[in-house]
Amino acid sequence: MDTYSFLRQLADSWVLLAMTLFFLGVIVWAFRPGSAKVHAETASIPFRNEVKPGSAEAPVSDAPKAKELQS
Amino acid sequence: MENYIKLVVLGLITLIAAIGANWGRDVAYVVHAIIIMLVSGFLFVRTLRLTDEPVRPIPIDGYMDDVVRAGVIATTFWGVVGFLVGVVIAFQLAFPSLNFEFLQPFGNFGRLRPLHTSAVIFAFGGNALIMSSFYIVQRTCGARLWGGNLSWFVFWGYNLFIVLAATGYLLGATQSKEYAEPEWYVDIWLTIVWVAFLAVYLGTIFNRKEKHIYVANWFLLSFIITVAMLHIVNNLSVPVSIWGSKSVQLFAGVQDAMTQWWYGHNAVGFFLTAGFLGMMYYFVPKQAGRPVYSYKLSIIHFWALIFLYIWAGPHHLHYTALPDWASTLGMVFSIILWMPSWGGMINGLMTLQGAWDKLRTDPIIRMMVISLAFYGMSTFEGPMMSIRAVNSLSHYTDWTIGHVHSGALGWNGMITFSALYFLTPRLWGRAQMHSMSAINWHFWLATIGIILYAASMWVTGIMEGLMWREVDANGFLVNSFADTVSAKLPMYIVRGLGGVMYLVGALIMAWNIFMTVKGGARQKAFVGVPAE
Repeated sequence: MDTYSFLRQLADSWVLLAMTLFFLGVIVWAFRPGSAKVHAETASIPFRNEVKPGSAEAPVSDAPKAKELQS
Repeated sequence: MENYIKLVVLGLITLIAAIGANWGRDVAYVVHAIIIMLVSGFLFVRTLRLTDEPVRPIPIDGYMDDVVRAGVIATTFWGVVGFLVGVVIAFQLAFPSLNFEFLQPFGNFGRLRPLHTSAVIFAFGGNALIMSSFYIVQRTCGARLWGGNLSWFVFWGYNLFIVLAATGYLLGATQSKEYAEPEWYVDIWLTIVWVAFLAVYLGTIFNRKEKHIYVANWFLLSFIITVAMLHIVNNLSVPVSIWGSKSVQLFAGVQDAMTQWWYGHNAVGFFLTAGFLGMMYYFVPKQAGRPVYSYKLSIIHFWALIFLYIWAGPHHLHYTALPDWASTLGMVFSIILWMPSWGGMINGLMTLQGAWDKLRTDPIIRMMVISLAFYGMSTFEGPMMSIRAVNSLSHYTDWTIGHVHSGALGWNGMITFSALYFLTPRLWGRAQMHSMSAINWHFWLATIGIILYAASMWVTGIMEGLMWREVDANGFLVNSFADTVSAKLPMYIVRGLGGVMYLVGALIMAWNIFMTVKGGARQKAFVGVPAE
């Protein structure tokens, strides 16, 4: 089999399957139990370290601490 | 010791560039050799003066914001230049006599057009992306930029690339690939700069104090990596001579066309979309004062976007020598792309939930909202135009140009303006922008300008497409090409006026930024007073 046909068949079958499964896995992983807490913590990163590096505390006052409601 | 190596390298580059200036086979190459000779000669003298002198310590604490400040200035400057050239070529299309005889061949539409596209996409957009990614990655990682002065190399190196590209277009050096016009040595230089950019970015992420990598960094990192890959593959070429700017592509025929539009559409997807979404995911929550609406949605948005965008390129080649399966693939993926695009738009807009009153009081938030609205509009229009039946009407007409500009002026331009308004007071330690009402003026001028632009291009594009396909009872074409050209004149003038409004808005912004940098906030504004 020449390279083109081989790659074409590979892309149509196993690679397509692998990429689809990876994508679905990402979605499942995003919705795993306990992810809401991690995501709320991560989503509040922009409200830390504003002025100098490593000042991990002191979120901006008007920013809600976490998005417990949305998950 | 390091300086001695630098001196040897810079001296060699200066020497080779001087030889190139003498032996160069075409005028663009000679001019570029002179530019490179002057730049490396200047750096040689500068390094020489610093050698064996007491070393100034490089500060290691605090954020590295000097390079971001330089980026704000460069973004503003290139934006005004790019919009100005755009207005000029818009009127050249309406009134061909503006291709003045005494300016030939340099002032011709054909040479100014790539200057316009590269100036707005790569000079304005690229500087905006580099500047804001340097700002965002430091704040979201809680770490100083990695690599000491390497980020300065990225900034100046990238702007040297822009100068080489722009002068090359005017002097006629082009490899005739849309959005990838620069010739081989400019491509090599950009590759070096881009690898340094990636190193600075990754190094900073590795040094982060936060446990997680914030989603804006995912988008910006995917933009850096994918653009590197696209740039290298689409610019595989062999120079005809080491002393000339002409090169020959490795791919030929339909493979070359497919590679070009794989590059071209992903330049839209990863440069103008993923990169700017990274800006959106930082600046919108910051300006709204609340975290992004749904972090889960932003994760799915990211993966869906990068999984789908990379396949959409073939929709640029409907009804060509490209196999049907490939163009169908591109069309299908373009349509699926609608979902992550709108997911991202909704995520950005809903971040304002509970803060919608700011839309009334804060012109920067208003700019962000209009930019997201245009993102949603153009990502609806794009998939629709990628459908083969629609494309048979829209392709090769000005509808495409209108679509590109509603995305570029509306989405990229507006989010960049709001980022500049966000950053300037913070970077120069001012309470706020010099004039808030000037931001309002900018907002309305830009918005009305885009609407004039997009609406006139819809009208003229669809009219043009219908005229081209019109046949009489005997099956003969009714209109000649020149008929469509003369029918388009009124819409071309309206488009030019829309461009003038957009340019005036940008000039107001440049004035506002200049005044903010120069002095304190003299004008009191109505921003930031919550209605409680």
